[in-house]
Amino acid sequence: MGFLKVSSPHAHGPMSTASVMRLVLLATLPGMLALTWFFGFGTIINVLWASVTALAFEAMALRWRKRPIGFYLNDYSALVTAFLLGIALPPAAPFWLIMIGTGFGILICKQLYGGMGYNPFNPAMAAYVMLLISFPVEMTTWMAPKGSFAGDLLGPIDALRYCFGFGREAIDAITMATPLDVLKQNNALLIDDLWSQSPQFGQLAGKGWEWANAGFLLGGAYLIYRRIFTWHAPLSMLAVLTLMSLLFYDGGSSASGGSPFFHLFSGATMLGAFFIVTDPVTSAVSNRGRLIYGALIGLLIYIIRVWGNYPDAVAFSVLLMNFAAPFIDHFTQPRTYGHKTKGAEK
Amino acid sequence: MRKVWDIHGGIHPAENKQQSLQSPIQAAGIPPQLILPLAQHIGAPASPIISVGDRVLKGQMIAEAKGFVSAPVHAPSSGTVVAIEPRLIPHPSGMSGNCIVIDTDGQDEWVKHSGVEDFRSLSKIDLIDRIRQAGIAGMGGAGFPSAVKLSTRDDKPIETLILNGTECEPYITADDILMRERAAEIIAGAEILRHLIRPSKETLIGVEDNKPEGIAALQKAAEGTGIEIVPFPTKYPSGGEKQLIQILTGKEVPAGGLPADTGIVCQNIGTATAIYRAVCFGEPLISRITTITGEACSQPRNYEVLLGTPVQFLLDQSGFNKDNCIRLVMGGPMMGYTLQDTAVPIVKTSNCVLAPSVAELPPPPPAQACIRCGMCAEVCPVSLLPQQMYWFSRAQEHEKLEEHKLFDCIECGACSYVCPSNIPLVQYYRASKAEIRQAQQDKIKAERSKERFEARTARLEQEEAEKEAKRAARLKAAKDKAAAAASNPDSGKADLIQAAIERSKAKKADAADPAHDAIARAQAKREGKVEEESPAAKTERLQLLIASAERRLTSAREKLALAKEQGGENVEAFATAVIKTEDKLTALQKEIAEHQASLTTAPSKNEEADPAQAAIARAMAKRAGNSTDESDEDKTQRLQNLVATTEKRLAAAQQKLSMAQEQNDANVPAFATGVEKTQNKLDAVKRELAEHLAALSAKPSSASEAPANSDDPVQAAIERAKAARSAQANMSDEDKLKQSIASLENRIARTQEKLQAAQASGDDKAEILADSIAKLEDKLASAKQQLG
Repeated sequence: MGFLKVSSPHAHGPMSTASVMRLVLLATLPGMLALTWFFGFGTIINVLWASVTALAFEAMALRWRKRPIGFYLNDYSALVTAFLLGIALPPAAPFWLIMIGTGFGILICKQLYGGMGYNPFNPAMAAYVMLLISFPVEMTTWMAPKGSFAGDLLGPIDALRYCFGFGREAIDAITMATPLDVLKQNNALLIDDLWSQSPQFGQLAGKGWEWANAGFLLGGAYLIYRRIFTWHAPLSMLAVLTLMSLLFYDGGSSASGGSPFFHLFSGATMLGAFFIVTDPVTSAVSNRGRLIYGALIGLLIYIIRVWGNYPDAVAFSVLLMNFAAPFIDHFTQPRTYGHKTKGAEK
Repeated sequence: MRKVWDIHGGIHPAENKQQSLQSPIQAAGIPPQLILPLAQHIGAPASPIISVGDRVLKGQMIAEAKGFVSAPVHAPSSGTVVAIEPRLIPHPSGMSGNCIVIDTDGQDEWVKHSGVEDFRSLSKIDLIDRIRQAGIAGMGGAGFPSAVKLSTRDDKPIETLILNGTECEPYITADDILMRERAAEIIAGAEILRHLIRPSKETLIGVEDNKPEGIAALQKAAEGTGIEIVPFPTKYPSGGEKQLIQILTGKEVPAGGLPADTGIVCQNIGTATAIYRAVCFGEPLISRITTITGEACSQPRNYEVLLGTPVQFLLDQSGFNKDNCIRLVMGGPMMGYTLQDTAVPIVKTSNCVLAPSVAELPPPPPAQACIRCGMCAEVCPVSLLPQQMYWFSRAQEHEKLEEHKLFDCIECGACSYVCPSNIPLVQYYRASKAEIRQAQQDKIKAERSKERFEARTARLEQEEAEKEAKRAARLKAAKDKAAAAASNPDSGKADLIQAAIERSKAKKADAADPAHDAIARAQAKREGKVEEESPAAKTERLQLLIASAERRLTSAREKLALAKEQGGENVEAFATAVIKTEDKLTALQKEIAEHQASLTTAPSKNEEADPAQAAIARAMAKRAGNSTDESDEDKTQRLQNLVATTEKRLAAAQQKLSMAQEQNDANVPAFATGVEKTQNKLDAVKRELAEHLAALSAKPSSASEAPANSDDPVQAAIERAKAARSAQANMSDEDKLKQSIASLENRIARTQEKLQAAQASGDDKAEILADSIAKLEDKLASAKQQLG
């Protein structure tokens, strides 16, 4: 005879970890294309180089840990880290910067904790913060958006050259402060004046930035539609960010924190909301917990952006809330069928 | 449209129901052999009421319900009982269970049976009894005896009667086809249930909306009855009792409670038809509808199957292709369990046999790491956090698991179904539930043995303290005596009396004074503080009293002799004392004789009630050296000991005598008497020993093998076990295990011999013996495992 002896359920749904990760990678494409359209090929070079190094580090770590390399590389989780870091870094970032970032993210933040599923911090964001603190100059050199300067956008060959350190001096010609930075430094002009005097600004927020954010919003909506994650964390983060910017808009005075549209479509807001905050491994697990988790991230983003030292704050906020996720989980256990109270009964 | 509620979570797996709905229900026919497990329901297994070799008729009860939560078993067809023995039964563990095996004769001859014309004329008790006698147990899958579920209490009035026609598991269509073809029977059964339960509000039949034909058929049959058919959106696992109740009424069954607590009773529609057949035709539950499906069967369909029909018999009719099937599932793909063998029978709860092809349900891929995606929590129908429970389960954090309501998990499998990392979550929960239950039992056990140990320690300490006190008293008395003798060898009676007074004072001061003890005991008894003295303790106490009385008598006599010799004025007083002491001694001896007489009769009475207690009492009596039924070995040992101590005493007495003679002591005559007495006693004991040894050599075989009371095998076994245990106490763990393995093997061999004998003579003990062999073998296996 010899039938299989396995326990139920015998049927399995179509979803696998690899397919989840592939969908996430796919959903980053609209935002990535918008970045490329407005800031040149730097982002694509970033992502490619980050992918190569991340996979190499992942394979190395798996080999040291004596794990089946092929089996784990196939889950695409290292690629997701690489994509997110590559997108977050300034276009055409130096190759060593990217490599240090992926190395730190994969080796220290992920594999040292036990690999996929065991990391308490989002590897891409932890790497980003480490780089931002260690290499502030390289990390704040952003391209000027298309149409805000006379020269050509960064082509693929130039991006590759700059990335690997050839003629990198020329890059200064096409860099510019980001809109978030401009707003932060402003203490004299009304918002409307600032808008008309700075070439970085577009319709709602920064030129290019608004489209990149729209792209990530589109990708995120697709992922929610495919039920890869729930709407709770991203929506609550965006809602709180909107609320805070409304409260402190101050009628567009020189002390204004910026309009809600500006905050929603600037910097890494949408990337953070749909690709970082939703990172399942490091976020809260229940829907109620995710609402709290997202809301607190939104609050922190606004606080750091407007009153802190750094122009953008998604990475810091996410890391801080990664700390808090287990506590949120503890207090947000859902009410189980047939029980009167939520959480543990004493 | 009636309002329906939604349950949390849920999934939509591929339904795969059409395959088996292409053809109508077909009778599967009578297989050559029917195998009927005694436990086809939740609760105590039924107990056989026929013997091997009996001819049974279709519908005849062959095993009766054993206890309240139990159900009888009936012969599904006529034939001959060929065996009552353990056979493979449908069970997740692939284990065997006791079954009645019937070789069918093909005549399908019914036993005399009759139904009632009008069930409304029957009382509730009569109706429930008919359902109980028909052996009906929940046919939706759980197999809970229906009569128990329907015995609602008057203090919990029922508002809603729900019939479950949900059948949310993929592939299974047994209920669907029942609705399509026998809707009238379902409604008739529902009417009986309604009459029985008398729901104050409504009677509902819940059906998922993926069964439009079934819903239509039911609605047609239910016209004018007031029974409402409630279709609701298809979603797995809506068919769980608690889930269906939530969907139809919006109420939740409280955790740890029953549906009746919320005024609801829920029954499967298959059960309803079985109740109809039982009440209106007198037909017990002997067949059911079972779906045979899966891509490995070329003709999937529903069969009306006699209970006990081997799965193989059904697969043969369905074009089963073994080569394309690596797993065989009893039940559906979500909650069914795998079968290891196609010889297992269809039972009351078997709604489906799923024989999928390899491509259809491939072997599970290796599990990956949990990425905490939370999809499991999204689909959990009872709002658990499956991934948190998974981590706690892996870390064996039982407390956390219970905080996360592990025991509310219904094991529906939705979490495992959606898990992108292919983690067998439900399996983790099952294992953890078992671990927690085991730990709870171990805890209770540990607490009990701790209590036992503490009681034993206290007892031993007390015994030791008593001995120590006695020893100290004796030592002091001896010193006093020696001091008195040395300081004044020719002292008169005044000194002797002084010494006696001191001795008595010393004794009184002694906490272990038997008089004090006796008073304290008597008081305690009067106040009801202590339990009745055990026979063994009584024997011991009496013996102690006798010993002390004897000592007092000897010393009184000595004193009397001394006083006479010296012509003292106290002669009369001493004489009275001697007489009194003699009286007391006689009284005590009488009492002990009576007590022992009662002991020898009492055990036979007690044995039936509690053989262990009797054995313990005997053992204690034996320790006191006064058992009437002590073993030969024990007796030899005791006599030898006695000889040795008497010899010692004789030597000591002789020494004292010679010393007294040398010193020309006044006590010489007394010492001489002592020597003479001891000599006599020694002779008597030696004689007894010689006699005993002679008797022993006359029956050498019984001396070492069987104890004296070999006429009672139970006692003998208890004694052997006790001896083994005391021997074990001094062994290393490994030796213990080895020994217990050896003894288990021994016992298995013996039991097998008995079993063969019982089987040869057709004794009905055979089953019990077979059972105990199985248990012994289990023990043996675990002992061997422990040994490594």
